[in-house]
Amino acid sequence: MTTTETDKLSLAQSILLEPAALDEGRVFAALGQVLGGDIDYADLYFQHSRHEGWVLEDGLVRDASYNLERGVGVRACSGEKSGFAYSDDIAAASLHDAVTAVRGIAGSGHSGTLPVARRVDYPVRYAGDDPIPGWDSARKVELLRDMDAYARSLDSHVREVTVSLSAVHDVVMMVASDGTLAADVRPLIRLNVSVIAERDGRRERGSSGGGGRVAYDWLLDADRARGFVREAVRQAMINLDARPAPAGTMPVVLGPGWPGVLLHEAVGHGLEGDFNRKGTSMFAGRMGEMVASELCTVVDDGTLADRRGSLSVDDEGVPSGVNTLIENGRLVGYMQDRMNARLMGVPPTGNGRRESYAHLPMPRMTNTYMLAGESDPDEILSTLDRGIYAVNFGGGQVDITSGRFVFSTSEAYLVEKGKIVCPVKGATLIGSGAEVMQNISMVGNDLALDSGIGVCGKDGQSVPVGVGQPTLRVDALTVGGTS
Amino acid sequence: MNQADIVQTAPEDGALEALKDRAALVLEEARRQGADACEVAISRNDGLSATVRLGDIETLEFHRDRGFSVTVWIGQRKGSASSSDDSAQSLRETVAAAMAIARHTGEDPSSGIADASLLASDLPDLDLCHPWPMSVAQAVDLAGRAEAAGRADARIINSEGATVSTGCSLRVYGNSNGFLAGYPGSFHSLSCVLVAGADGAMQRDYWYDGSRVPGRLMAPEDIGERAAARACARLGASRPRTGTVPVMFSPEVASGLLSHFVGAISGGALYRKSSFLLDSLGEPLFPAWCDIHEAPRMPSWNGSAPFDADGLATRDNQFVSAGVLKSYALGLYASRRLSAQPTGNGGGVRNLCISDSGESQQQLLEKMGNGVLVTEVMGQGVNMVTGDYSRGAAGYRVENGEITRPLEEFTIAGNLKDMFAGLQGAGTDVDTRGNVRCGSLLLAPMKVAGD
Repeated sequence: MTTTETDKLSLAQSILLEPAALDEGRVFAALGQVLGGDIDYADLYFQHSRHEGWVLEDGLVRDASYNLERGVGVRACSGEKSGFAYSDDIAAASLHDAVTAVRGIAGSGHSGTLPVARRVDYPVRYAGDDPIPGWDSARKVELLRDMDAYARSLDSHVREVTVSLSAVHDVVMMVASDGTLAADVRPLIRLNVSVIAERDGRRERGSSGGGGRVAYDWLLDADRARGFVREAVRQAMINLDARPAPAGTMPVVLGPGWPGVLLHEAVGHGLEGDFNRKGTSMFAGRMGEMVASELCTVVDDGTLADRRGSLSVDDEGVPSGVNTLIENGRLVGYMQDRMNARLMGVPPTGNGRRESYAHLPMPRMTNTYMLAGESDPDEILSTLDRGIYAVNFGGGQVDITSGRFVFSTSEAYLVEKGKIVCPVKGATLIGSGAEVMQNISMVGNDLALDSGIGVCGKDGQSVPVGVGQPTLRVDALTVGGTS
Repeated sequence: MNQADIVQTAPEDGALEALKDRAALVLEEARRQGADACEVAISRNDGLSATVRLGDIETLEFHRDRGFSVTVWIGQRKGSASSSDDSAQSLRETVAAAMAIARHTGEDPSSGIADASLLASDLPDLDLCHPWPMSVAQAVDLAGRAEAAGRADARIINSEGATVSTGCSLRVYGNSNGFLAGYPGSFHSLSCVLVAGADGAMQRDYWYDGSRVPGRLMAPEDIGERAAARACARLGASRPRTGTVPVMFSPEVASGLLSHFVGAISGGALYRKSSFLLDSLGEPLFPAWCDIHEAPRMPSWNGSAPFDADGLATRDNQFVSAGVLKSYALGLYASRRLSAQPTGNGGGVRNLCISDSGESQQQLLEKMGNGVLVTEVMGQGVNMVTGDYSRGAAGYRVENGEITRPLEEFTIAGNLKDMFAGLQGAGTDVDTRGNVRCGSLLLAPMKVAGD
């Protein structure tokens, strides 16, 4: 990687500040106007974000879009209180308006001392090159058409093919009252394929995709784009044979990779610092206790190169980290943003994230996964006397207070006496986080991460995330089938 | 800003005209850059939201969103672009970005703006904007009263806070066939999220109200008490036994069930052939007592709008009559793809209503006798291609028509077509907060999975 954090900071300043005739000194002066009175922390978040999306439907690229968002968010904190305002343009006057508004959180006071800039050093986790101009438009259209033709060539039962390609180039700068001055340049691409296959009057969908903080060329490396097409068609064909899923509580074997959405829901959200500071998570106050079987070690890792959920530095200027959440079953760490870390008296962990300048930061996951164990995956499957083997999922959801969570299969099989009997229709699995984690009785040696498709929603804010796990056996999960 | 100052979110005088002028500039710029046709949507939203937690202000957010999107056509090729920056320079650059895209997309014979004859000509004032000027201190007071009323219950051991939110918007749509119109709107809400505890277990629940008209909101104390009652009622929940039992959806989740119906009759799902209700016009989908229609022009209702996303007049549509599917919900593009007439549903349906079967929730419970009342559904287990439905749920055991104990951590599963056809009753307890207005829905037996 050639980009350094210094390059990123100077690029960010040229894109974010120079057009508005702002500079480092003026920005810190604006921040100084927020401080004073009871304000103990304040920050500014400048963002310039470009997005493009191309969609092929029914054999034709019928529409494509380009989006530009730019603005600045201003936050003032006083104890547990936050005041927040933002502006859709970056200019001295609108910055002043936002600064004036947020001071209301703690009443007025005299302006505080001007902080001294402190540049944050951090290793870069991805190249900052803008993916959008990396390919010309004709090439993007050609890729989509090629994937459409390829999907239809793979099986004559394929009826509908939808392919979408998107890229984001996000330039952000964080300036905080403790002197923090940091910037990041974040590319993110995503390719998605969805097909509908039809046979004997029955229609079923299959979908696949992936991406990361990379350039478009990544899609052609290792035949990835075509691999996604093969996977989508394979899933649709398998679902054409799916029978009703069973209903009731039974053992479930989860495949490696994306099924790690289990961890995201069962323990991930419940270990975010805000819920634990407030005591509303079922994991609150349980630091050091056994919250999973001793086979389980779960980490949140924002440092993985080029991954969708990775960050060189978080949205509060804190370098991302490898944070162990659960070690051999024991709860050892929460994920923190600055505010919750300060209030809990612990260091921030690089998990302060926000959807955009128009949203307040919160503790959020990056890439959350379980470390590999020692079991052979085939051996794990062979222990299933009667249960479900689930290898692919849609989304999930959790109630962090009671710990109940769900996730829904998109490719799963009924297994009897260790052998796959047949594919089963999509079913929602439900369990309680701590119980399910205690019920993990085997952990495979085949850790895999997902292909780069995760979107996590919290309080109406979406951020890209990653998940991963090895093959796991859960002794009891409730399967929401119909038979 | 001083806490005593009133925060004005109402659009200032002339703001709507100024936004229409901006839209006209975009249309002019597109013509100048060589577009054969163009449409533009511009919006702005201003708002204030205040959250009080454990009696003290927690967050105070000032919202100020600006944005526009433009679509251009070169022949039958289309390109779109949008930006949060509506400066003159950004308008030019955004149009140029859309033009650049339109040189690379495919010729789509169905694409394009509406003929002038189809565009809305009657644009009634639907009384959609009722600003609620308030000071930060007033917002904090309202939220604080909601939370305090809920926390008065000794079983409430924690809080995620109560939030007051108020905002006003302007929406403008214009196209190069001569349409240019807009309207102001408002939306206000009050919500409260509380945590009840007993025997080391915690249960969280919430309540909210939302309306365009501040005076129609529930009193803050009632919202807090309702949130507390719901959280406490969950304490001691157990899991149901796996089996096939009658299921009733309370209004707040029943509207979600009808939203799946809306999704399945929407043009986009139909021309993509990804709906389980393809080729279903004229089919009896619901019982004969059931009618479903939309009323998009009801004054001051939350979902109302005078024109749709294509500039076509919104209109009352009867989707289901005497149980039979009579109409799909089609925007302009979908109607062309399907060789049908548009129904004013560009951007979706507005104020969907289902006829009630004349029974209160209590009467429906008695009709059900023994079964499960579902008050929460979790996850995304709905397959719109097949109608297969499998979701996590929480609710109550119903025995002999009475709610007897809380249930949690179970799933309900079936197929939406069967669930619609087996509808046993729709309650008079209509939830008017959302875009889908319906009461409790009593369904035929479904598979419930628990212990």
